[in-house]
Amino acid sequence: MSDNVIIRAEGLGKMYEIGRSAERQRYTALRDVLAGGTRNAGRRIRDFARGHAPLTKPRTEAFWALKDVDFDIRQGEVVGVIGRNGAGKSTLLKILSRITEPSQGRVTIDGRVASLLEVGTGFHPELTGRENVYLNGAILGMTRGEIRRKFDEIVDFAAVERFIDTPVKRYSSGMYVRLAFAVAAHLEPEILVIDEVLAVGDVEFQKKCLGKMKEVSSHGRTVLFVSHNLAAVSALCSTSLVFDRGNLAFQGPVSSAIDTYLCLSTDDGESCLPAGNSAITIRSCTINTTAAGVEPLSSRDPLRIDIEIEQLVNIRGARYVFSFYRPDEALAFAVAWHVPLAAGENSGERYRVTLNLPPETFNYGSYRLDIRCARPRVEMILPNTTVCHLNFIGEHRHGSTVYEDWPGAMLPRCDLDVLVH
Amino acid sequence: MTGVTTEVEAPAEKVAHRHATLVLEPGRADRSYWRDLWIYRELFAILAWRDVAVRYKQTVVGVAWAAVRPLMTMVIMTVVFHRVAKLPAPGDTPYAILVFAGLLPWLLFSTILSEASASLVVNANLVGKVYFPRIIIPSATALVALVDFAVSLAILAGMMVWFRFAPPWQILLLPFFVVLAVLASLGPALLITALNVKYRDFRYIIPFIVQFGLYLAPVGYSSAMVPAQWRFWYSLNPVVGVIDGFRWCILGGNSPLYLPGFVASLGVVTLFLWLGVTYFRRTERTFADLI
Repeated sequence: MSDNVIIRAEGLGKMYEIGRSAERQRYTALRDVLAGGTRNAGRRIRDFARGHAPLTKPRTEAFWALKDVDFDIRQGEVVGVIGRNGAGKSTLLKILSRITEPSQGRVTIDGRVASLLEVGTGFHPELTGRENVYLNGAILGMTRGEIRRKFDEIVDFAAVERFIDTPVKRYSSGMYVRLAFAVAAHLEPEILVIDEVLAVGDVEFQKKCLGKMKEVSSHGRTVLFVSHNLAAVSALCSTSLVFDRGNLAFQGPVSSAIDTYLCLSTDDGESCLPAGNSAITIRSCTINTTAAGVEPLSSRDPLRIDIEIEQLVNIRGARYVFSFYRPDEALAFAVAWHVPLAAGENSGERYRVTLNLPPETFNYGSYRLDIRCARPRVEMILPNTTVCHLNFIGEHRHGSTVYEDWPGAMLPRCDLDVLVH
Repeated sequence: MTGVTTEVEAPAEKVAHRHATLVLEPGRADRSYWRDLWIYRELFAILAWRDVAVRYKQTVVGVAWAAVRPLMTMVIMTVVFHRVAKLPAPGDTPYAILVFAGLLPWLLFSTILSEASASLVVNANLVGKVYFPRIIIPSATALVALVDFAVSLAILAGMMVWFRFAPPWQILLLPFFVVLAVLASLGPALLITALNVKYRDFRYIIPFIVQFGLYLAPVGYSSAMVPAQWRFWYSLNPVVGVIDGFRWCILGGNSPLYLPGFVASLGVVTLFLWLGVTYFRRTERTFADLI
């Protein structure tokens, strides 16, 4: 393939047949198939006897887990794959790692794919650490020679030297995961597919894993990283694929991808501006004088948000409330602005509201800014409407050098004075 | 990263094991199937090794179980068919050896059949997460059964010494019949393995087959006991040909091979093998979605 394209998907689709309504089952019993066949035959005979055309419609429905997906991934790219649950991410990974065949279209892959779909796949609890390294390596597609060469490195990475001849069922869950990740991390595939492995292990180990992933990509290998942890995606990935209900919604720079994803994350995707209702329209929103959501933000910098609001009707005594929510719907804080009563007739008025926020206020991760307008205790004029998303990354103000999420809706500057006596 | 840096950094070995371009599209996996099977040959060996290593872990007598099972069966069969039912052994063959010569291939057959048919479901996490030709999993159980078989073979040798029974020259042909026994087992085993993924009914059918098969196959008696007019039809059971072959190798002239029946058995074995492999391959690409 030309232009260093290492994975190319063309018109890719995957269809599952799902039984209708309650007929869905995890596995079929032979009895049901026989009974179903008889029932169908019976119905056909009945239809035929009554002079109807025989009903041949299948009793299953087609469900497209992935449909008409096209993308190119170049060598050395670290691609974040994001999307809501059921958006088709896992199906894509299953196709790329050849676990299931596409129903439509094709993928061309120019190299060996190794997937870390679930760390520890194929580990046998009765076998020792040493035996499991060989077993797991073979399952992931390494040759015995390759494993032998890297054995010491793997054990070293997992830090389980003392227990390498102990059955893994006696391992702590941390040791188990470390060993499993170590085997997979020492595969040398051209393409590495990683699905949510960072959720496991302690901080020290997570740091190691991220380091390993960076090392892998710096050697010109391609990484596909699937995660719901947007901060991790934006820290590691250069580009991103966003999936929505089986379709590829966006491919491009990771910051725009995250914005697209957050836009999709709200129920109907109507958060994109302009938004509003018959009384109020929110025209635009800029952050630090650039269009909202394009760049990730640093919580070390001051933040300026400009919002254009158009009031279409005459409202007396209106109050606008600007609320910042975390992804878990926790309200971080809210600020309010009262339209001055003295202003009089204000139909058709345009307001430019600027929010100036001091540096070192926000925590990492994303915030959603909603606006609502009401006459307090009288009537709601505009219910909460999403204006923009703020995505803060790359700062470690909690003092440790480790990449990790920090709890809390806010992370305001706080100068600690500690006196030892 | 610029093209120049890539060239400098790429070590020679990485280029060496770089794989050919892979195309994934509907129906494509079929074409590279046998090549993939060769690429994954080490996985085959290691899965078999895993099953052998795990088989008798956390048991008190360990591998001795592989000896106890055939010995006990042999004793019971000899008592029931020889002492109680008074069936004769051909020539001067000790009845115990007659039974054991039939038991060897039967145990191989029944072990492969029951272990293979459950193997895919047991290894569901592998099937759902990693790609490799699925036929490796049920086939690897054949190697495990062969390890048990080797133990039984050692017992047979011990019995021959005990009864002072010298094996005939045909014993040299035994390896051929071992291969035949494995092939005869793999055919139905693959078929049932594939069916078991979709219809779990088969996990209840297997114990029946194994239980009845022990009496339908000439394990406790010689197939010469079967009335001549039924013998050909009886031989359509693929296990009959295999057991007769084993007896011919181990007992020599005392248990001559019934040729028309043996050829028919071979035909049935081939038919089942073809059916098993074909059906398995046709359904295996849907395993991950069904399991």
